[in-house]
Amino acid sequence: MAAAANPASLESAPRILRLVAECGHSRARAGELRLPHGTVATPVFMPVGTQATMKGITAEQLDALGCRICLGNTYHLGLRPGPELIQKAHGLHGFMNWSHNLLTDSGGFQMVSLVSLSEVTEEGVRFRSPYDGAVSLLSPEKSVEIQNALGSDIIMQLDDVVSSTVTGPRVEEAMYRSIRWLDRCIAAHRQPDKQNLFAIIQGGLDADLRATCLEEMTKRDVPGFAIGGLSGGESKGQFWRMVALSTSRLPKDKPRYLMGVGYATDLVVCVALGCDMFDCVFPTRTARFGSALVPTGNLQLKKKQYEKDFSPIDPECTCPTCQKHSRAFLHALLHSDNTAALHHLTVHNIAYQLQLMSAVRASIVEKRFPDFVRNFMNTMYGDPTLYPPWATEALASVGITLG
Amino acid sequence: MKLSLIKVGNGCRLGKIKNLGKTRDHTMDIPGCLLYTKTGSAPHLTHHTLHNIHRLPAMAQLTLSSLAEHHEVLTEYKEGVGKFIGMPESLLYCSLHDPVSPCPAGYVTNKSVSVWGAGGRVEMTASKFMAIQQALQPDWFQCLSDGEASCAEVTSIKRARKSVDRSLLFLDSCLQLQEKSEVLQKSLIIGVIEGGDVMEERLRSARETAKRPVGGFLLDGFQGNLMATEIGLHLLSSVTAELPEDKPRLICGVSRPDEVLECVERGVDLFESFFPYQVTERGCALTFSFDFQPNPEETLWQQNGTQEEIKYLDQTEKIKTTDCTQEMTSFEINLKEKKYQEDFDPLVRGCPCYCCKNHTRAYVHHLLVTNELLAGVLLMMHNFEHYFGFFHSIREALKSDKLAHLKELILRQAF
Repeated sequence: MAAAANPASLESAPRILRLVAECGHSRARAGELRLPHGTVATPVFMPVGTQATMKGITAEQLDALGCRICLGNTYHLGLRPGPELIQKAHGLHGFMNWSHNLLTDSGGFQMVSLVSLSEVTEEGVRFRSPYDGAVSLLSPEKSVEIQNALGSDIIMQLDDVVSSTVTGPRVEEAMYRSIRWLDRCIAAHRQPDKQNLFAIIQGGLDADLRATCLEEMTKRDVPGFAIGGLSGGESKGQFWRMVALSTSRLPKDKPRYLMGVGYATDLVVCVALGCDMFDCVFPTRTARFGSALVPTGNLQLKKKQYEKDFSPIDPECTCPTCQKHSRAFLHALLHSDNTAALHHLTVHNIAYQLQLMSAVRASIVEKRFPDFVRNFMNTMYGDPTLYPPWATEALASVGITLG
Repeated sequence: MKLSLIKVGNGCRLGKIKNLGKTRDHTMDIPGCLLYTKTGSAPHLTHHTLHNIHRLPAMAQLTLSSLAEHHEVLTEYKEGVGKFIGMPESLLYCSLHDPVSPCPAGYVTNKSVSVWGAGGRVEMTASKFMAIQQALQPDWFQCLSDGEASCAEVTSIKRARKSVDRSLLFLDSCLQLQEKSEVLQKSLIIGVIEGGDVMEERLRSARETAKRPVGGFLLDGFQGNLMATEIGLHLLSSVTAELPEDKPRLICGVSRPDEVLECVERGVDLFESFFPYQVTERGCALTFSFDFQPNPEETLWQQNGTQEEIKYLDQTEKIKTTDCTQEMTSFEINLKEKKYQEDFDPLVRGCPCYCCKNHTRAYVHHLLVTNELLAGVLLMMHNFEHYFGFFHSIREALKSDKLAHLKELILRQAF
């Protein structure tokens, strides 16, 4: 199927990304995103605040950690409390009282992954609400309409999402449909001056399909591009190759947002491959299971070995949890029914992610990113023989060799 | 430690307790309340969110039921529970039990008392109890006591007598053990007044306990049934009349605003603050007015709805909570109700708390409906703020001899 003959287009979309530095060896870049609710330094990790809340931490705490952009989920918010109410509350910013930037996804991924009865047609995704059983259609137009009501700074096109483990003609169908849906989203977008609509590159794990998608979507003058359809069940080997292919064909002067990626190693490698923005529920979700992220991996603080460990989670970490509390106290608190335990870990894990990206960025600006990567890998895995082969390969492909 | 009374009248005491703590430089106002904690942390709150709250009590209440099982850890830690929980600057009072979760009766013996923690029952003799206190090093701690006389519907005189005898024996053992402990020299033992609903035993308990070198007194067994009756309240007055004026009187299990005032009028100084926690757990926000000197233009309905609404509010609405099935009171609103879905007012107009300054009823409603953790955080901040504000108003009312106004205002809202 040919791509749309007349791609709907905006007037030349503003360049929201200003590049500050580039790694001389890899594809890593450091920059600044200029968004309606302030500047965001890149590379950036965006914590996920699904239902207009960053779980148990307040907007003030999130701000104090240095977070300047986080996510909201259109699917969830579209159902509860609904776009009309949020509009009355002066948008999602007003509703949750967040003064910095927000990015909302289209709702497409959730509907396919969460809902038992969802059906994709050319029109859109038809689904049944898990709360009241009502059937409705999420079309590209509807998704943009809801996101317009939410008022987020970056909005995502509705894409036809297919699991990365699916093969065959469905992948191709979804890729071409995503292009058509991109054009419909662009046409339906009411507030291009206030909200930045990003395209989402699809094509699964097929290099040809992905290349086609890249070629077509980059003809549309959108402010930024996301790399979608990955971070599912695919092998890491296939994963990095698709990321690398995507970044090699995406314009340099626009941000590259890799969706659903948040494990530390993945972040570092994908920055090397040329990605600027990331989101993932992992750090905040794992916190609520008692797991604290550290440079060497993670600490399962509920385990008995931490019962009498009077050191902080990470002595180098500057977050409030590490400043005030020991592993032993958190261990005890995690075994109680006081939710404060979860909040302490959520604070720390977000701080860990943000501090990691900050350190990555500083190393790019100071022209020592490859050394940073080597150090990072060494701390995380110890022996080079324990380095994940995919990471070694991926880094080598962009000129970073590990010891 | 020095308790100075500024005013005494109509059974009430207004004053300050000075030279508190290991450094002897903390002060507490009375009447006042203690910060309620679970396993050494205010419920739902981290240091940051806790310190968003104004008028935080100078003293926090820890419960032995949540900490006894961590005895070994604390002993190895050596530096005391205050530092362990990240509250090194706070005064600490350690009670036996958690006022919110009543413990099963029938486990007190002549030699031991049991508490229930996350890991199950911890049985303590006086020695074990004092060993745990050595590891905790609180500023004040409730002495090991037999509180079960008040558990039954009607106390037998025999059981009441036993509760007093045992508690005095425990007290004397603990005082003896304290003498031998260097680390506990700076801690004060709070003597526990028992005796069920038997006047003679209550008086005996008060007089005998007052003879010992305790730091203060805990009035145990007045929660629940006893508080609700004239006999119970009379018993309370009779007990406090026997106690020295220069030592603080604490009461456990009493936290509702109307009950607090009844106790203040009967010589009680310090209260637990678990009521705002219970309100939080049922998804409610405290909204009762304690403005006993209102601006003539403002009326009650601005905060609680119209007079008609208040009148017909279903008082007996039962709402399940995580800790217990508690009845909602008329001091609060239930944010889960559909009518708050589009209400963009703060929880309470004019409230200076973080939640009211930053969020709306509609937002809190949304968080409750979607089962989000932030609901508990925001409600706890508001409910503590509101409650500590209430205690401030008690002190202000006493200062200006207007406690009767405040009491009338509170009772009007309690029906």
